[in-house]
Amino acid sequence: MLDRVRQPPGEPPIVVEGLKNQFGDFVVHEGLDLTVQPGEIIGVVGGSGTGKSVLMRSIIGLQPPTAGSVTVLGKNITRADPDENIGVRCQWGVLFQGGALFSTLTVGENVEVPLKQFYPEIEPELRRDIARYKVLLSGLPEDAISKYPSELSGGMKKRAGLARALALDPKLLFLDEPTAGLDPIGAAKFDRLTKELQQTLGLTVFLITHDLDTLYEICDRVAVLADKRVIAVGTIDELVETKHPWIDEYFNGPRGRAALGSHKRANG
Amino acid sequence: MDGTADFALEEDGEGGARLSLSGSYLVSTIGPIDQDLFAIREQIGAIDLSQIEEIDTVGAYITCRLAAEHNADIVGANPSVQRILDAIDRTAAGAEMTPARVPVWERVPYALAEKVFAAKSGIFGVVGFFGQILLGFGALIRHPSTFPMKALVRQMELVGVSALPIIGLMSFLIGVVIAQQGAVQLEQFGAEALTVNLVGRITLRELGVLMTAIMVAGRSGSAFAAQIGTMKLTEEVDAMRTIGISPIEVLVIPRILACTFMMVLLGFYASIVAIVGGAVVGQVALGIPFFTFLERIQEVVPSYDLWVGMIKAPVFGLIVALAGCYHGMQVKGNSEEVGRRTTMAVVSAIFAVIVLDAFFAVFFSEVGWG
Repeated sequence: MLDRVRQPPGEPPIVVEGLKNQFGDFVVHEGLDLTVQPGEIIGVVGGSGTGKSVLMRSIIGLQPPTAGSVTVLGKNITRADPDENIGVRCQWGVLFQGGALFSTLTVGENVEVPLKQFYPEIEPELRRDIARYKVLLSGLPEDAISKYPSELSGGMKKRAGLARALALDPKLLFLDEPTAGLDPIGAAKFDRLTKELQQTLGLTVFLITHDLDTLYEICDRVAVLADKRVIAVGTIDELVETKHPWIDEYFNGPRGRAALGSHKRANG
Repeated sequence: MDGTADFALEEDGEGGARLSLSGSYLVSTIGPIDQDLFAIREQIGAIDLSQIEEIDTVGAYITCRLAAEHNADIVGANPSVQRILDAIDRTAAGAEMTPARVPVWERVPYALAEKVFAAKSGIFGVVGFFGQILLGFGALIRHPSTFPMKALVRQMELVGVSALPIIGLMSFLIGVVIAQQGAVQLEQFGAEALTVNLVGRITLRELGVLMTAIMVAGRSGSAFAAQIGTMKLTEEVDAMRTIGISPIEVLVIPRILACTFMMVLLGFYASIVAIVGGAVVGQVALGIPFFTFLERIQEVVPSYDLWVGMIKAPVFGLIVALAGCYHGMQVKGNSEEVGRRTTMAVVSAIFAVIVLDAFFAVFFSEVGWG
């Protein structure tokens, strides 16, 4: 059986300190610090090209940083090989922007892949059942299980990707723009689903998004990426009070106001 | 390290036994115990979760299924566990466990019928594709300014110029082998001198062009299928259509023209290099001077042998390019399809080339070019 890293409750599951990422001469991050609290949904925002996805890739160990350290679930993974077994990979689930489903496998088989990889001792029958209820849990209809990714719509692909991310009952969930490209109804449903799963399963969610509605509806805290680092972390109200020009434009721009308005209307 | 999952069965009297689950019921610990739980034959009246330390959705799923099978109550769940149980219960309610399998006597004829219809639509597809190409040519002739000259030159470079080293090496070695093997056999009749005839005629008529076609199918036909197939997957082909660019005109026609034209040059080049290879063997092993060998070639090889080769070459080039582009355009769905279609493009191209070569052999001997 696999050794899973255990972390005492209450410790922050993600700690990023002094992170520096550099591609050639182009510095994406420098001196970036971020601490994610257990059980929260943290939204990560920032203009295009500020390295939100690069930050996520650094945290999940796909992008070895130039300098700094990344600690996930109490384990320093900064220098870990992307293919090395480090005991934390079985405790996070990642939803990539396009879903990144394996195109030659059905949705059900996609969900089974991580189970097979990490827990080969589980009986095939039980594994199929687990995959089945995960697919249903992520809000897909029953008949989607035997479909191939190419037969799914964009929104269904995201849900299937979410089902795969949830396959191992992770403690940490990384979502890269989960609502991008979804219609407003689908996006709202996806937001609710994320919140529901987080509350039911006690997940910590790291959420990259451009969707202001998502930020208002489900994020406990928001981290703002600008000038190569996290310039502020806090609730939206706290962020607005910082008076930083970019944050001010972000939340008080026409779209920001509209999202705030609909959030207030929805909550009376 | 995780704890382990454990269970205990107590006789309770009312409605069956009481099953107490204890320890961690997680995806990482469930493997060893799952079979044991479902092997319990006694009637379970209640499942007690109060001893549970940790549980995730997998544990909750197992619990729900056990409860459903034995019609048992779940007791002792604390609120957070209850939430997970409720969430699982909602998804599992009323859903069929395993979908019914189609019986074999329905599946086999169905699969057979699919193959037949696939073959039929394959033939229609090839004919339709050829028609599209002709229409594309028609459009280009009416509007010559839209001709994709750059793409054509680029493809000519890829198909022709960059293939020169490998095809040269291959043909040289073929020439060497034919001369050497031929000389060994002809020596038995004291006719080593006829090695010149053998090398000259067989390379110009048959092997130069045939081997080149096979090499081009492997090099360029596969590349066509993979390139166009990937462009289909990434919706580049669809994007072209929406902008009003015909993929046939910009992707397929340059490749077909380049391949058809370059096959002629490559076939000629291959034949010449093979003769040079034969001449080298003549010099080294048979004592025929290099330039004498080449002069003898001119005397013993009829000029129509060259024409036979040069007539076949563009046809083979066309076949190879058609197969590559057709299979590329047929890709849809997933990345596996690209690989499958690339293989099909090469296999069908080589097969068609060899069959056609046999027809050409009969045809040319009938018309007196034997």
